[in-house]
This record gives sequence, C-alpha cells and structure tokens, in this order.
Amino acid sequence: MYDRRYVLFGLSAFGVTFSGVRPTLAYSASKAEAQITRVVGDITRIINSGRSESAMYREFERLFRTYADVPRIAQLVLGPDNRRASAAERSAFAAAFQGYMARKYGRRFREFVGGRIVVRGTRPVKSFYEVTTVAHLAGEAPFDVTFVVADSNGRFIDLKIEGISLIKAERTEIGAMLDRRGGNISKMIGDLQRSG
Amino acid sequence: MLQSSGCRLALAAMLLAVLSACATPEVTSGINDPYEVTNRKIHERSRNMDRKVLRPAAFAYGENVPEPVRIGVNNFADNLGLPGDVVNNLLQLRIEDALQNTVRFMFNSTIGLGGVLDPGTKVGLTARSTDFGETLHVWGVPEGAYMVLPLVGPATERDAVGKGVDILLNPLRYVLGTPERYAQPVAGGMGRLNDRYRYSETIDSVLHESADSYAQTRLIYLDSRRSQLLRGKEAGNAELYDIYDETFE
Repeated sequence: MYDRRYVLFGLSAFGVTFSGVRPTLAYSASKAEAQITRVVGDITRIINSGRSESAMYREFERLFRTYADVPRIAQLVLGPDNRRASAAERSAFAAAFQGYMARKYGRRFREFVGGRIVVRGTRPVKSFYEVTTVAHLAGEAPFDVTFVVADSNGRFIDLKIEGISLIKAERTEIGAMLDRRGGNISKMIGDLQRSG
Repeated sequence: MLQSSGCRLALAAMLLAVLSACATPEVTSGINDPYEVTNRKIHERSRNMDRKVLRPAAFAYGENVPEPVRIGVNNFADNLGLPGDVVNNLLQLRIEDALQNTVRFMFNSTIGLGGVLDPGTKVGLTARSTDFGETLHVWGVPEGAYMVLPLVGPATERDAVGKGVDILLNPLRYVLGTPERYAQPVAGGMGRLNDRYRYSETIDSVLHESADSYAQTRLIYLDSRRSQLLRGKEAGNAELYDIYDETFE
C-alpha cells in the first residue's frame, strides 16, 4: 500500500511563489487537456534531462509556479477551517504551506528520474476537469496520476495518485496539526513552518 | 482430501459469482471506523515494531543484497502468487484477466527462469493483480469497517476475510510438496523487506513523521483500495473541491 503512490506527490512541492498571472477565461476540456499535456511534457523533459537534482528542483519550481494554483491548494487543504481563519492567517498559512511542501517533497525527485508520463483522457466534473495520465517509472508497473484542473483559470488544484488525493492527504495532516494545538490556527502555522 | 474440498469450495464460489454477476458492486466513500480505539493501539504497536525490527531488517537486506537479486526475489514471489490471482479472476468472471495471468505465469515460469525474471511485462503480459477481497466486492459484499490487523496492517472487514481466504486459495499450496510450498511465503516476506527499503522515504514520512500516522495510513489505505476496486471508473468526489467554489465563485 505504501509503494509508489506517494512518489509523484513530490510534484506538488513547487508552487513556491504566487504567480501574478491569472487568466480569466473559462476553460474547456480540450484546453485543460492541452494544458496538462504541456505539464507532463515538461515533467518528462525535466526528469530525463540528466541534470543535477538541484537544477531539476528549480525547473519543477518554475513549472509549478506556472501551472498549479498553489494559494487555492492551500485553502483547500485548510478545508472547513479556512472559513474561520482571518485574512492574515490565510496568507500566513499559504506561505508556510508552500515552504512545508517544498521541504517535504523536494528531496524525492530522484525517485522518478528516467520516467515518463502520458496523458490518457479528460472528463468534466462540476467546475473542474479531471485529466488522467499514466506514469511509467523505471522498474515500476505503470500507475495513474490524475490532475484536477480548475475550470476558472486552467490551473491544477489537486493531484491524485491511484486514488490518493494530495488535498485529502494534506488536509488530514494539517487537521491533525490543528488538533494538537486545540484548533489554534496561528500556533499550527508556527508548527508548519518547522515541519516537513 | 484438501484438494477435493478446495475444489468444492471453488465450485460453490463460482456458482455464487454467476448468480451475483448482474449486480454492479458499489464502492463507498468516507470513513467507517467504529473500532478506532483498538485500531489505534494495534497501529501504535505496529509502528514500534516497524521502528525496532522491520525497518532495520529492511535496511540490512537492502544494503547487503544487490538490487538485481532483490528484484529477482520479488519477481519470484509475485510469480508464485499468480495462480491464486487466476482463481480470483475466474471467481470474478473476468476471463480476460484470468487468461492474461495464466499466460504470464507460463511465460515467466519458463522463459523467465522460474519467475525470477519478468520478460512477460516487456511483451505486454502485465500482471492483472487481484485478491479475494476484490472477489467479495465483485460479489456485492459491502466493505465493512476499517481495521488494523496485527502484523498484517490496515484492512477493511471485507479485506481481512479476503486476506485469510487468499492463503488457502492459491492452487500451488495443494500441488507443491513440503519444502517447495514455503517458497512463496519466504520469498514474499523478503519481497516485503525490499519494498520497505525501496520506499523507505515515503513510508517513513507516513509512519514516523506525520502528525497523525494513524489517520494518514487509514486515508491512504481506503482511498487507494477503493480506487483499485473502481478500476478507472472513478467516482470523482466533487465535494472535495466545494470549498473552492464557495470561496471563489
């Protein structure tokens, strides 16, 4: 059960700074798929570039700045607690969450060096699209990676590795950190800055 | 004796499969964990066991045995598990899977030198892995509560039964003689050590570094298992992103 499914969670480590670019047009299924085709093309190129880990890390960072909606990912991870958080807490959380993700998953890129990811299809679900891809990593049976793309801006807001959602996994984690602090959001943010 | 009762069991099960094949089994969502207090105690014990025994053993194995040998052992164990998969494929009336696993078993057992090598995957004969827990699912048995089993790890009530039945279901158990029948369990155990070594960073992060390793393990087990049972017919859990809609639209 622990196997490869978490490996690609490393991908989400890299929304390190917020992008100012915000396309406003609603997306279509074909545009969402084209967008993810670019993403997996870039990923495949990076992991086969033969460059150093730190160089790959920087490239992934750039990729996520471009294609992922990390502030929204942070809000989804905070879940229902997002509603009671103050504006200051929300932005402090988003910043702390990005650093935490980078530390937690950043060291894992070598696990998929030499692999490739292929887009298989797209389907609309409510206000987003699920783009299904298959990851082929060296020495592993191929496995599914689904990108959840927001209809509003074409950026992806979740990754699912064989059914395991990054948002759900991190929401569980952040929820547990909040429980430890009796629900105090700013104390949890302090812990988050030191973990991962 | 064993052989004939095994046959009878398989026949009865096959009949059941035929009878229930029309119903589309349901995959639930959410967490059903009424035994959480007990489960957490067992989980804590397993976690200590991992730290003190399994993890060090896995590193000793991984660092002292060359990778090609470890992969060979994993292949060997997986190959000996295939006949059991075929039985389950048949019980699920997934004939194509049964055929593919059968051909794969014959191919890898011969050309793959007793299953140590895996030329089958290279020619498209990938494993169609399954188990009796999935068979029960196909027959319409509900998932039941989440459980943590000592030594075995996470399961649902349905999967716990499945894991027990799978031990009895592999035909090789009844065909092989006394030393040979232990080949699969022994190689399988070594395979688990290799997996523990190979995915150590991921496993450590879940078991030993997360804020609530029990909750994290439960989520990963249930969601990956359900996704596997859905076989790509993903029931997109849209409610997960509802907060997104509320906040931004």
